[in-house]
Amino acid sequence: MERRIGVFVCHCGSNIAGVVDVKRVAEELRKYPGVAYSTDYTYMCSDPGQNLVKDAIKKHDLTGVIVAACSPTLHETTFRRAGRAAGVNPYQVEIANIREHCSWVHQGEKEAATEKATRIIKTMVEKAVLDEALDPIAVPMTHRALVVGAGISGIQAALDIANAGYEVIVVEKDPSIGGHMAQLSETFPTLDCSQCIMTPKMVEVSQHPKIKLMTYSEIDDVSGYVGSFKVKIRKKAAYVDRDTCNGCGLCMEKCPAKTPSEFDEGLADRKAIYTPFPQAVPNKPVIDAEHCTYFLKDGKCGICQKICPVDAVDFEQKDEIIEEEVGAIIVATGYDLYPIENMGEYGGGKYEDVITSLQFERMLSASGPTGGEVLRPSDGEVPNEVVFLTCCGSRDPELHMPYCSKVCCMYLTKHAMLYKHKVHDGQAYVFYMDVRTAGKGYEEFYTRAAEEDDVLYVRGKVSKIFEEDGKVMVWGVDTLTGKKVEIAADLVVLGLATVPNVAAKELANKLKIHTDEWGFLAEAHPKLRPVESLSPGFYLAGAAQGPKDIPEAVAQASGAASKVADLFAEEEYHREPIIAVINDDTCAGCKVCVSVCPYDAAEFIEEDGVARIQEAICEGCGACIAACPSGSAQQRNLTDEQLYRMVSAALEG
Amino acid sequence: MRLKLTRDLIRDELITRVQDLSGQSLLQCYQCGKCSAGCPVVHEMDIVPSEVIRLLQLGQLDEALDSKTIWICASCLQCASRCPKGVEFSSICDALRQIVLRKRMATPRVDADDVSAIMVSDAPQMGVVGALRKLNG
Amino acid sequence: MKIPYYPGCTLHERARDFDVSARECAKALGVELEELPIWTCCGAVFPLVTDSVMDILAGVRNLEYASRIGDKLVTLCSFCYNVLKRTNRVMRDDLEKREKANLFLRADTAAREEVESYTKTDYTGQVEVLHYIEMLRDVVGFDELRKKVENGLGGLNVAPYYGCMLLRPKKEMEFDDPEQPTVFEDLLATLGCDIVDFPMKTECCGGFQIVNDEELAVMCSQNVVSSAIKRNADVIVTTCPLCRYNLDKKQEEMIERVRGFRRIPVIYFTQLLGLALGIDEEHIDFSDNYVDPRPVLAEKSLL
Repeated sequence: MERRIGVFVCHCGSNIAGVVDVKRVAEELRKYPGVAYSTDYTYMCSDPGQNLVKDAIKKHDLTGVIVAACSPTLHETTFRRAGRAAGVNPYQVEIANIREHCSWVHQGEKEAATEKATRIIKTMVEKAVLDEALDPIAVPMTHRALVVGAGISGIQAALDIANAGYEVIVVEKDPSIGGHMAQLSETFPTLDCSQCIMTPKMVEVSQHPKIKLMTYSEIDDVSGYVGSFKVKIRKKAAYVDRDTCNGCGLCMEKCPAKTPSEFDEGLADRKAIYTPFPQAVPNKPVIDAEHCTYFLKDGKCGICQKICPVDAVDFEQKDEIIEEEVGAIIVATGYDLYPIENMGEYGGGKYEDVITSLQFERMLSASGPTGGEVLRPSDGEVPNEVVFLTCCGSRDPELHMPYCSKVCCMYLTKHAMLYKHKVHDGQAYVFYMDVRTAGKGYEEFYTRAAEEDDVLYVRGKVSKIFEEDGKVMVWGVDTLTGKKVEIAADLVVLGLATVPNVAAKELANKLKIHTDEWGFLAEAHPKLRPVESLSPGFYLAGAAQGPKDIPEAVAQASGAASKVADLFAEEEYHREPIIAVINDDTCAGCKVCVSVCPYDAAEFIEEDGVARIQEAICEGCGACIAACPSGSAQQRNLTDEQLYRMVSAALEG
Repeated sequence: MRLKLTRDLIRDELITRVQDLSGQSLLQCYQCGKCSAGCPVVHEMDIVPSEVIRLLQLGQLDEALDSKTIWICASCLQCASRCPKGVEFSSICDALRQIVLRKRMATPRVDADDVSAIMVSDAPQMGVVGALRKLNG
Repeated sequence: MKIPYYPGCTLHERARDFDVSARECAKALGVELEELPIWTCCGAVFPLVTDSVMDILAGVRNLEYASRIGDKLVTLCSFCYNVLKRTNRVMRDDLEKREKANLFLRADTAAREEVESYTKTDYTGQVEVLHYIEMLRDVVGFDELRKKVENGLGGLNVAPYYGCMLLRPKKEMEFDDPEQPTVFEDLLATLGCDIVDFPMKTECCGGFQIVNDEELAVMCSQNVVSSAIKRNADVIVTTCPLCRYNLDKKQEEMIERVRGFRRIPVIYFTQLLGLALGIDEEHIDFSDNYVDPRPVLAEKSLL
């Protein structure tokens, strides 16, 4: 059948037309073999633009369409939809990217850019003439979601999906859910108690009939694809049968082994058999074998086992692997603070009275190790002068992290304010570069700290901190006066950068989802698809994707949950058909494709002696195509022949 | 007097010269002041290091060249070592000194008589050579 | 074991005690410091402007001399170490400057009519510049060193002063963490010293400004000295003759300025090392110190 390709050159306002001579390009293409129609228009993605495409398809009886415009990530779907409406198979609608690949990078080289744009479109024409009509592949859908991480983001996402009527499995690596939010004292800008708003949600998760909660568990492996993932979950040995345990707490009382509490950020000790905090969910302990006398001293001790009234302690317990099937996965692995030891000039990790913001949170917390009193770790005295530093490791591309951690300005303002509420006579100083208060009620909160609580904001960075005569000397600067500043402080709180949870990078590798160079999970599109990963079926929530405060984390979690509900609304999932196929006639059965396929989509059919690609699994990565020695493996609509023709067109002349 | 800012002033050739000579981008500095905060000799300076950079950002080269600051810096590199943006004030300082010294418009900072006096007093050669190279060009 | 050694001008003249003690210690540790047959001043300060080929030539020449007799070059003075290491990096990484500098080297060779005897291969930064402390750590090894300690220095409170040039810039010097360095402490711990951690150990002594603005430099030195005194140090140990001068000799001025100023000896680390290795006092030579360390050393039964 004769192919009749239509070419539609978009001006993108002046984005393309300002550099590329679009009229000439359209004219040039009109003469190109296979092209039946060619035109240009100001905004092809607009309604009139799309109608222009649709009308031309009908009027000129087009079998394929090239839209020469921006990147396909922006409007490929738009034009495929338009093509389908006018009777062209969506997979015979192609985008020639002449904006990002041409006009934007060749400003000031109009002639050469015009020539390049023409070539780019010609290569796509060569592809289009051989494009087959394809249909999306329908695969079955498991209407059950997995949420990894149970801080506020994971909890919110799980509750939303469960409330929409779908089953959810929540996996949390720690013994309790709650994440960092459970550690916080009061929250900005309303100063409501974090525990008070958090614990009801934690309880709700644990009691929801649609939610299966797996704490002290980690993801071992994920295979499959959107709609039907197979997940291996490692339930770590807790050495306590947590179903039998009634949470009486006797074991924790009697356990002789102590180690610094992670929940209290090292400001207090916990036992080797422990729950992270009294409101833990589930409120049942685990044994930390690394610090347990029984494990360290070859069976000596075992007090917990002896006194447990329900015989729940089981030193023989082993890790257990549990397999589950889910249709979608939300990753909500959260954040950590940048290591304080990395701030050498501030004596981080060296001076007891230079502490992290999370340590200060624990100090402020009514249920914290000091019962809510602000006390210097070194001597337990009430500090009279406290210095708070923003941007410790943030906005420091040279030595630390280049990005703004977003929450520090606000939480340090809160810290300074709460300190003043507890130590009325005390003085709080905040060293800042910019006080970033972009949030509802945030600017007012900051103003209140400065004006009503006498928090002194000093504009400048601190260069050095050291101990002298029982004080923590702070060498800073006030750039507004150009004066070097010295404060003999009692306590210094570092607003350390927010970094992705240490385990998140490894998990992202297991899940095969992208991260940015710092390890934050990468969203599919920074503006239009902020809660989805580029890998289908994976969704992002909370600080794992980038620094955020509680309302933002909750909003993103709800966004991710609604995306999952959206996905689950269909009985089947439709996948892209641009995948590999193997030609039975030429396949020699060498099985190279089977060995290289990262998704286990290529299988060998014994009775036929040939390999076959399982449509439901193939991601279209192309590994088998490159490896196949006989050229039998081909990508649909990206066949070798198409590629040869495209390359020839690109290099022509 | 009001500081008049103009495009030509901000993009002055000599400002570009400071950037080229120092190998530092002035626009990278976001004025956090960490250089000034940690400078061991800052109290003797009439304008602190971050302010010198700010003057250059504003196209006020002469004021920077006239400052006492650029002759006080001992090139200890504490500023450069801690700068979050990788801007080395010590190099900018050397560049400013070189601009003055190469014009031969300055009388030598270190007087020959002083040198002989200090040499007599047992000062290490390295100090004298260092001072002459840094301050007399 | 022979290692090429660059003493530098100051060690050749005003800091002979540093040089002699270092050579004797090396000998005791089985290392022969082979002084470069010809060497010149390194230039003392590394130029911080970008258009300076002339200014690095002195350093380049010395590195090239070293390359004729070995693949390492050990130096002691912090200034020399800084200049040579940074210059070497330029020769390794900056192709344009390397080429220009090599043109000068060829002109030198021609001038000395050494064309026949010396093959004209370009200098490309192939020599590894080591500080004496790095030599102790990486070539001798602190464990090996510990075995050779004859007189442990237990009971002596030593404040290790790094100063600037060993540590900064970090990316180029790669000597230690510029904020919380430890190598000096590790060395002193090997000798059995009680280490005094003082916060000013990486602050500037005033450096060459002593020539231009004495008051300024003394203020800097005083900050360092007082910090060590306050933490009950018996001695301050340094690796740099200029630091030694500013911290030691200028206590003369500090006494005038500060009522009740308590003096503290400032000695080279090689002098302590010599004591620990049981080297004759005449080779350690405490006679050049302004504040005599002998009384306190005697008091601790180390002499």
